Amino acid sequence: MNIHEYQAKQIFAKYGVPTPKGLMAESVEQAVENAKVLGGPVWVVKAQIHAGGRGLGGGVKLARSIEEVEKLSREILGMTLITHQTGPEGKLVQKLYIEDGADIKDELYLGVVLDRAREMPVIMASTEGGMAIEDVAHNTPEKIIKIAVDPAIGFQGFHGRELVFGLGITDSNEQKKLISFASKLYKLYMENDAEMIEINPLVKTGSGEFLALDGKMGFDDSALGRHPDIEAMRDISEEDADEREAGEYGLSYVSLDGEIGCMVNGAGLAMGTMDTINYMGGTPANFLDVGGKANAETVAKGFEIILKNPKVKAIFVNIFGGIVRCDRIANGILEATKLVDVHVPVIVRLDGTNAPEAAEILRNANIANVIAATDLADGAAKAVAAAKQAK
Amino acid sequence: MSILVNKDTKVIVQGFTGKEGSFHAEQCLAYGTKIVGGVTPNKGGTEHLGQPVFNTVKEAVASTGATVSMIFVPPVFVADAVMEAADAGIELAVIITEGAPVRDMQAAKAYATKHNMKTIGPNCPGIITAEECKIGIMPGMIFKKGNVGLISKSGTLTYEGANQVCREGFGISTAVGIGGDPIIGLSYKQLLPMFEADPETHAIVMIGEIGGDLEIQAAAYIKEHITKPVVAFIAGQTAPKGKRMGHAGAIISGGAGTAAEKMAALEAAGVKVVVSPSEIGKAIAEVLKK
Repeated sequence: MNIHEYQAKQIFAKYGVPTPKGLMAESVEQAVENAKVLGGPVWVVKAQIHAGGRGLGGGVKLARSIEEVEKLSREILGMTLITHQTGPEGKLVQKLYIEDGADIKDELYLGVVLDRAREMPVIMASTEGGMAIEDVAHNTPEKIIKIAVDPAIGFQGFHGRELVFGLGITDSNEQKKLISFASKLYKLYMENDAEMIEINPLVKTGSGEFLALDGKMGFDDSALGRHPDIEAMRDISEEDADEREAGEYGLSYVSLDGEIGCMVNGAGLAMGTMDTINYMGGTPANFLDVGGKANAETVAKGFEIILKNPKVKAIFVNIFGGIVRCDRIANGILEATKLVDVHVPVIVRLDGTNAPEAAEILRNANIANVIAATDLADGAAKAVAAAKQAK
Repeated sequence: MSILVNKDTKVIVQGFTGKEGSFHAEQCLAYGTKIVGGVTPNKGGTEHLGQPVFNTVKEAVASTGATVSMIFVPPVFVADAVMEAADAGIELAVIITEGAPVRDMQAAKAYATKHNMKTIGPNCPGIITAEECKIGIMPGMIFKKGNVGLISKSGTLTYEGANQVCREGFGISTAVGIGGDPIIGLSYKQLLPMFEADPETHAIVMIGEIGGDLEIQAAAYIKEHITKPVVAFIAGQTAPKGKRMGHAGAIISGGAGTAAEKMAALEAAGVKVVVSPSEIGKAIAEVLKK
């Protein structure tokens, strides 16, 4: 789960990680009110969406008067912001963050992520703040410092020294401040089950203070249960409506832009099914994992979500039953055809636990539109053919 | 021969009397797995599925001599269960549970490593040595005995791969579902040498997916150390960047961990890489008939 910048900064503040003062606004009036409370003389009006690259997309602007705050807030609130992370459709700006302008001397990068190879959190830092870290990693990898912190010992003095010397910070006062900054960041990463924190830029001000000018945080979904305060920060308007609806039924769904809807059990097989459709000359319309507890209701829901996409010309149901029994899926398909108007051909491949029973159920039901397939290749080929025929 | 487990392996179940634990332990017993007991706190001294129940793993190990534990406890108790197993001297913990927090797994795996306990999973189908020992949730009937070792991040692709291998007239020595979480136990790099050393295994199927770099590490290892033929499939060639595809670890982040880079690395290591899982069986037939 991801949260907004203003929410990340609330967490930062709780842990004593310094940030400029700021207030969230959901209307132009509120933005103006916030600007007055903050006092100026310079404010930054920032679009709050769950995507990076907001500045380049025109979603972050500097204001030098209350009037300017009002004008910029009017422009940004309600705009559809397109950045390299939003996709071409962009994201609607529904919230603003009005923040004190900072006296920026230097821009750094500081983040904490899980290093999957070392199986521990790694603090990433760079002198190249303000640029996309992916680009820095690609073009000048030597400018990124990575410091793995073993949770068994936590953030130690040597981690801090590695950080400040790596960044070329020589003033002892500044060293102390940045080490304290990083150690708090590590603490809040661990205590909140964060998946990643990114501060880009972390700025050094003219007076030698370090401030988190931006803040991005993502959390481990599996651990949200023990962080009700974080879970309360969830902004469902930032999530894909279909993906969210699917999630409520225990389905894992990601929409793509092809023509063949996929309903599969298991994430690996679901991706493998998409790959096979592609290999056979078709295009997958979605990733959909019905999970291990699929039943008639969830399968029907799956059809409903797949069919919301008007581009779908055929559906390929590919089930290899292990935990999930094929007869249940077969019943689900029958149920679904009663609940949802399945107006496209449905190619069904059921293999594994109780596959013969499932075949029997489908045969007896004898539904038009439902085409049986013998294996993965056969099913994918039939789905591709059906989609082509529908054109 | 086989790897890690066989018909003599003694297994206990943590979370024995729970719904999932009961159902799958029963299936494992029916398959022939030597499940010699289980652990459910406060149910010690009772019997379940004809086997003794213990309050702690230590008691279970002392009384049964079990060396492997199959873990079915709820997600937030997984780390505790893994560490208890390690502490009790279990040699291999097979963690089936899905949804264990990553931070918990960091600690649990570090502790297991310190105690020389191997782990498989979490969020995996388990391990099966065909027609001898099934520790997990896979449909046992598709794994016919044979000479192909299988390692997979995905449960259902394990079944798909094994099924194809068997339909081509070959069979499986041992199949290991390693799971698709960001932090997992045994991975390709540790399992490949076991299959290389196992005289019963003549070829290896390796199924990976987008995210992380375990497959890249495996490619480097294969190039240097593996002489047996390897067939690989990497799921997610058509997956969009930055989107999590079902498994917690299946995500292309910052442009890294793509199927294309993994496939290229494996091909460069001499692995026969197939573009669809439907080609796994045929590819195995090709490499074994040479």
